[in-house]
Amino acid sequence: MWKKLSKGTRKNTVTYLLVIVTYLVMSILQSGGHLSNLISGMLVLLCVYAIMAVSLNLTVGVLGELSLGHAGFMCVGAFSSALFTQLTVSTEMNANVRFFFAIVIGIVTAAVFGFMIGIPVLRLKGDYLAIVTLAFGEIIKNLCNVLFLGKDSSGIHVSMKDTMSLGMGADGVVIINGPQGITRTPKQATFLIGMLILLISLIIVLNLINSRTGRAIMSIRDNRIAAESVGINVTKYKLLAFTVSAAIAGAAGALYAHNTSSLMATSAKFGYNMSIMFLVFVVLGGIGNMRGGVIAAVLLTVLPEVLRFAEDKRMLIYAIVLILAMLWNWAPAARTFREKYGIRRILAARTGRKVIGSEGINASESGKQKEEEM
Amino acid sequence: MKKFRKAMGLVLASAMLVASLAACGGDDKVKDQNAGSGSSNGEAVLKIGGIGPLTGGNAVYGQAAMNGAQIAIDEINEAGGINGMMIEFNAQDDEADPDKGVNAYNNLKDWGMQILMGCVTSGSCTAVSDYAHEDNLFLLTPSASSLTSITYDNAFRVCFSDPNQGVGAADYISQHQLASKVAIIYDNSDVYSSGITEKFTAEANNIGLEIVASEAFNADNKTDFSVQLQAAKDAGAELVFLPIYYNEASLILSQAAAMEYQPMFFGCDGLDGILGGVENFDLALAEGVMLLTPFAADATDDMTVSFVTKYQEKYGEIPNQFAADSYDAIYIIKAAMEKAGVTAEMSVSEMCDAMKAAMTQITVDGLTGSAITWSEDGEPTKAPKAVVIENGAYKAME
Repeated sequence: MWKKLSKGTRKNTVTYLLVIVTYLVMSILQSGGHLSNLISGMLVLLCVYAIMAVSLNLTVGVLGELSLGHAGFMCVGAFSSALFTQLTVSTEMNANVRFFFAIVIGIVTAAVFGFMIGIPVLRLKGDYLAIVTLAFGEIIKNLCNVLFLGKDSSGIHVSMKDTMSLGMGADGVVIINGPQGITRTPKQATFLIGMLILLISLIIVLNLINSRTGRAIMSIRDNRIAAESVGINVTKYKLLAFTVSAAIAGAAGALYAHNTSSLMATSAKFGYNMSIMFLVFVVLGGIGNMRGGVIAAVLLTVLPEVLRFAEDKRMLIYAIVLILAMLWNWAPAARTFREKYGIRRILAARTGRKVIGSEGINASESGKQKEEEM
Repeated sequence: MKKFRKAMGLVLASAMLVASLAACGGDDKVKDQNAGSGSSNGEAVLKIGGIGPLTGGNAVYGQAAMNGAQIAIDEINEAGGINGMMIEFNAQDDEADPDKGVNAYNNLKDWGMQILMGCVTSGSCTAVSDYAHEDNLFLLTPSASSLTSITYDNAFRVCFSDPNQGVGAADYISQHQLASKVAIIYDNSDVYSSGITEKFTAEANNIGLEIVASEAFNADNKTDFSVQLQAAKDAGAELVFLPIYYNEASLILSQAAAMEYQPMFFGCDGLDGILGGVENFDLALAEGVMLLTPFAADATDDMTVSFVTKYQEKYGEIPNQFAADSYDAIYIIKAAMEKAGVTAEMSVSEMCDAMKAAMTQITVDGLTGSAITWSEDGEPTKAPKAVVIENGAYKAME
């Protein structure tokens, strides 16, 4: 049965199983009290970053365009969903239904932003596109920083100046308070929901890759002119991939917003540093390799926390580990070394078989192609 | 066969990942037990956790706060501890980020924290106070000044709240008739700065102080202030209110001097540090700057002198207001514990309940104010002090 499935399907199934097994193992450990407070407190955050890795991998690995503004889409998702929750929290709506709608609103809003930004941006290529997405990410973050929104009996008031110019009545409540952001959103994001969203986004992206649409998108990545010459609508497919990617980022944002009681559009959370962090997840995990990106996201988020014993040297150690990991994955010398002495090679030598290309090398080839294109 | 190996490799890799995660959980458990047995060996231990930015852009504040707390703790331990309990202190880094703050909090819980002194910054404190409230763990923040930071009944603070400072500054300017036309230059991406500005503006409108210019900058763009200064100058402001931190203020002062604009400058406690914290800053430019601060490092009372000497001996620099706030915080915790009669056998939650009640009954004389009292909402009552910089030193104003 297993052997009858195509290679791609088997690989995807392993990815899904990995997510499910990780969820089961972690829940069992958690319910048995074997997880430290630190790790159980980070579970939802890990899901958020893993989803972001999947989202960006779609743009970078599949569409082949460098986006440095993905934290901006996450920001849109986070603020819109938290705003919805805050506006409806006093109504009779069931909390779970409300959370479901909040996630949907986060996804839709981010998708709309992705679509609108995609129209002008996707006319550009390579470095130019990267720079413009970076700018859009910053614009979104800065807009969230100067946005004031309040609600009173007469309706919703919006201002770009300060809370006083909202002009609210005595019963007014400020919901988005400029740089202080949205505080005390109900914490409804759970590890289960996080893992479900991760699984769903993986299913969507992996199925997209293996579909007619996905092949069209990848053909644009590999050779735009050839793709156009066979009648592929480049703009349409680029926009589609970019919008789906933004929508997934919005879901991550919605999840994030319902996990923190202090949602602020700071540079550390939604600035370009974070966008680059997501790119690091993708590159370290292997461009175009969804599973690798998710694993890299988890490891790189957990690492600084596990290094807390090293106190103020922990970020230094983190940086060194990052450099070493990148070298191990991509440096030619390290790759030759792995080919010679890697586990695969040793196992193959024992059974007397030849090594026929590993996943890491496949991914690196697609990375190379991208470089050439740029 | 190859497929099997591949699958096997994956299973092993995921098992390793899970094992490593579980292992770090396990390690902490072991540490917990050790700590527990330490206290049963006769010497009672009180575990106080500290959270603040020890790395990153705001590291100056977090490090100063943790240093100040450490000095207070050393003093108390030398004198025999609190109710016979020796204090163990563990400072964790949050990079002024709410998520990292929550991680630091969970890490401290694994360590066995009983009382939290933190967080140093407002956003992080708001996020952490949620968790501390769920756990019913006593929280005293030295310097988180935002209103949302201490909404719960288990949270108290040492510093003034943002609204308090804004209102205080406006009242002070109007009562002493320092100026009638005021300009504000503030950081609209910073909670502290925009919080003060908002209340200052509201109070100014109430008492008839005219605000002729309200100019904002943000964290990504804080090196050139010529536009803001020009706007203030054109509007004819006699006084420029600077509810910002001292690094930016030093730039504003030099740029104002360069464009020959000489209004009065008035700041809040964030300006404290301008006399020692900025490299290559001509101190002559700070002459005549007024600020509201609860702490002045060159005050001559015994307590401040002793604290500043110790701090300089140990860390080689002049302590700022954050250090003083957290030094006070530790002594406030001590006072509340003694009032409540907290013992080592109490659980975290019992300790918190006892401390909550005691906080509203104590009166503490500290570095940042004398006879400080607390109300149930966690706000301190103390008088803001205004100082003016003269001959490179703070001088108390009327």
